[in-house]
Amino acid sequence: MNNTLCIDSQDISFESGQSIMQAACAAGVFIPHLCFHPDISPHGSCRLCMVQVDGRLLPACTTPAMAGQKIENNTDSLNAQRRLVTQMLFVEGDHICPGCEKTGNCQLQAVAYFLGLLEPGLPQMYPTRNIDASHADVLLDFNRCILCELCVRASREMDGKNVFAIGGRGQHAHIVINATSGRLKDSALSIEDRAVDVCPVGALMKKHQAYQKPIGQRFYDQNPIDQKGDANSHQRGEKT
Amino acid sequence: MSHHIASVLAHHQHRPQQLLQILIDIQQHDTCITPQAQAEVAQGLNKSLAEVQGVVSFYSLLNPTPREYDIRFSHNIIDLMQGKAALMENLLERLQVTLGTVRSDGRVFIDNTSCIGMSDQAPAALVNGYTVTRLTPSRIAQMASLIENQVPLSDWPAEWFQVALNIQRKDLLLDTPFAPGQALRHLLQEGIDSGLDALQGCAIRGCGGAGFPLDRKWRLCQETPAKAHYVVCNADEGEPGTFKDRVLLQAYPDLVFEGMTLCAKIIGAQQGFVYLRGEYRYMLDSLQQCLQRRRDLGLLGDHILGDEDFSFDIDIHLGAGAYVCGAEVALIESLQGHRGVPRKRPPPFPVTQGYLGQPTVVNNVETFALSAQALNVGQQRFTDLGTAASRGTKLLSISGDCARPGVYEFPYGVSVREVMDACEADDVQFLQNAGPAGLCLRPDEFERGLCCEDVNTTGSLMVFNASRPLFDVTHNFAEFFVHESCGFCTPCRVGTRLLQQMLEKISQGHATQQDIDKMLQLSQLMKSSSHCGLGMTASNHITDSLEKFPALYQSQLHDTDITHPSFDLENATSEARALSQP
Ligand SMILES: Cc1cc2nc3c(=O)[nH]c(=O)nc-3n(C[C@H](O)[C@H](O)[C@H](O)COP(=O)(O)O)c2cc1C
Ligand code: SF4
Ligand code: SF4
Repeated sequence: MNNTLCIDSQDISFESGQSIMQAACAAGVFIPHLCFHPDISPHGSCRLCMVQVDGRLLPACTTPAMAGQKIENNTDSLNAQRRLVTQMLFVEGDHICPGCEKTGNCQLQAVAYFLGLLEPGLPQMYPTRNIDASHADVLLDFNRCILCELCVRASREMDGKNVFAIGGRGQHAHIVINATSGRLKDSALSIEDRAVDVCPVGALMKKHQAYQKPIGQRFYDQNPIDQKGDANSHQRGEKT
Repeated sequence: MSHHIASVLAHHQHRPQQLLQILIDIQQHDTCITPQAQAEVAQGLNKSLAEVQGVVSFYSLLNPTPREYDIRFSHNIIDLMQGKAALMENLLERLQVTLGTVRSDGRVFIDNTSCIGMSDQAPAALVNGYTVTRLTPSRIAQMASLIENQVPLSDWPAEWFQVALNIQRKDLLLDTPFAPGQALRHLLQEGIDSGLDALQGCAIRGCGGAGFPLDRKWRLCQETPAKAHYVVCNADEGEPGTFKDRVLLQAYPDLVFEGMTLCAKIIGAQQGFVYLRGEYRYMLDSLQQCLQRRRDLGLLGDHILGDEDFSFDIDIHLGAGAYVCGAEVALIESLQGHRGVPRKRPPPFPVTQGYLGQPTVVNNVETFALSAQALNVGQQRFTDLGTAASRGTKLLSISGDCARPGVYEFPYGVSVREVMDACEADDVQFLQNAGPAGLCLRPDEFERGLCCEDVNTTGSLMVFNASRPLFDVTHNFAEFFVHESCGFCTPCRVGTRLLQQMLEKISQGHATQQDIDKMLQLSQLMKSSSHCGLGMTASNHITDSLEKFPALYQSQLHDTDITHPSFDLENATSEARALSQP
């Protein structure tokens, strides 16, 4: 059987069982995404990776690759939709890029640059959310959480700990920490956990590492995300 | 562990998929599920505390803080049109309660809730989970004094809790006499194959929205090999303005249960569930009694009607305030005790992988009732009614500006005009068909027919006369979707809020043409990119009303010049300027 599909007139081969996203990643084709991580089960919630598959708009991360698929990805209309999704994520939270310690290493910021997003474009929502700084080594700033659930999935699937869950509904959805106090210091989280590495934005972060790498030398400072790939799956443990 | 919680856990045999039912039972007993109780449940089911907290905080009728009286006013536009806002203000005032917070003495809580399925007898509210209809200023005054005097709910006036049927027109489904067991006996005599053929001949379509052919769904499920098959009746009826399933369950439960039992025989299921929205708790006891009667008659339980190979029973699972749980994928999550997030987007559909991963038929209440009545009356009588593609009859829930709100059974294909005449609506400005997720109909469309060839309908028709401001309606719908979005995917979680804000800006007269353009872009994105049907349809009412009433929108705009920014500098700086004036 011929396991080949076509993305924007480029033929790529794939292995059975792969999603369109996995096939694209393996072939070095960039499909913008935030809630996808190669080592974690797919989720399909951020809706950034929507591609046109034989005329149907589907998330690349949860749609199985199939022989003969004709896929549109890097088109003006899809990127316009992605800009709007990205703007939604920006205005929903508090994303103060220039003042954020994640700047230059942040995938939300990098995707925004890739898409040519220059302004919020939508009214800001100014959420009032908390910060959990109780843990000795890890900080969680809820204001910057984009609800990708990567930390939830990583803690469950890779760390075997289930430190995180989602609580609330709709606009009130938020990360819940598994501890009677609800605080990180009383949870089973340790700085060694994969869950700490996977956050694509400046929400779940290691403490005591801010600005060790100066601005200008950060992950996306020289090259854009379609060339560099994901900061959160790159060289685990490297100080970014 | 508290004795009560231990006994609830034992009653549910510590089964993890019973989590939601366990939480509901605890709340019914203790008025809330305290953090301590949540921890005990987590421990008892071997789940993480965070997961239990996640479930409690998902369902809007569950709460962690104690109270003696919990009052939730139905916040559908129909309730508002019947004076809900003033009544709620009145009660808040009398009881000195702040909306959405428990009074400082810990006794009273008042909040809004999405439509509770009583639009034909609005305004309505839930008091400690039980439905009170036809609220009036005098009922509110009396209620306040009952509460201040700590009179238990059981001593409140019984007539407050009466839910009228309001059946205004009967046809084949509601008017044909039916004896419990009649359709089942027929099926057992004729055999499964001929039963399925008969149902195919009747061409019954699902009544929950998608209109999928019933016989095809049942066949697909039957043909999927598995260790178990399940039958689920979708009684979530969360679509605002819809209440026909309520009437069927209240007055015709045997028809519904018989339809489920037919399905069980055909697909080979031993277990069925009714997923009953929490707002319909008032009918739980009578439904349980009906199930017991059927067991006593040999129509449920082991060896139904003496058939050695036929054992089947039905459990009722309650929901707890989440419209999205009517969507079948979310419903199955909820049945398994999870947050009602439609995590897995089909395919595979529940019909091959549903409850506990097994093939599951999910049908609407009315669909099951139709299946039983169809076998009863036979193909000829059934297909004599309706249109070529929509056979038989449809129940309509009619509410709003008409003299005779209630449930109407009409053959498919009936014209909108005929329906409006029957319910005695006049001076109609527009109708909302199929709830906030549906589309509106202007009087110039009233010759159209209700059937899948023309105006597809879930049966809900809300009537608005010329005195009703369109923006009151659209704003209420937008609020509904903000409240009901599950929050899983970006376009719906954020888009519903943005649309609500923009509509508010328009109705306040601050918007410009650019805001309208942005609303259209957002609407388009939500339709094309949301994860489930809720987000995909949540902007329908906006694009539709923009198309059908463009002049109304234009007249509300602050500035119609497309080149002007949507930001109003004058307005934004007015407060600062006023403050800086000497
Ligand atoms: C957001 C949403 C809410 C829904 N709510 C209901 C409901 O309350 N009752 C219902 O029967 N179907 C509802 N549906 C449709 C169900 O997903 C499903 O199609 C239906 O139960 C199938 O039954 P039927 O074939 O008998 O119509 C809803 C769908 C969506 C997307
Ligand atoms: S904390 Fe980070 S990884 Fe976790 S859900 Fe929020 S954005 Fe995603
Ligand atoms: S469309 Fe809305 S309700 Fe459906 S999954 Fe997305 S957020 Fe949840």
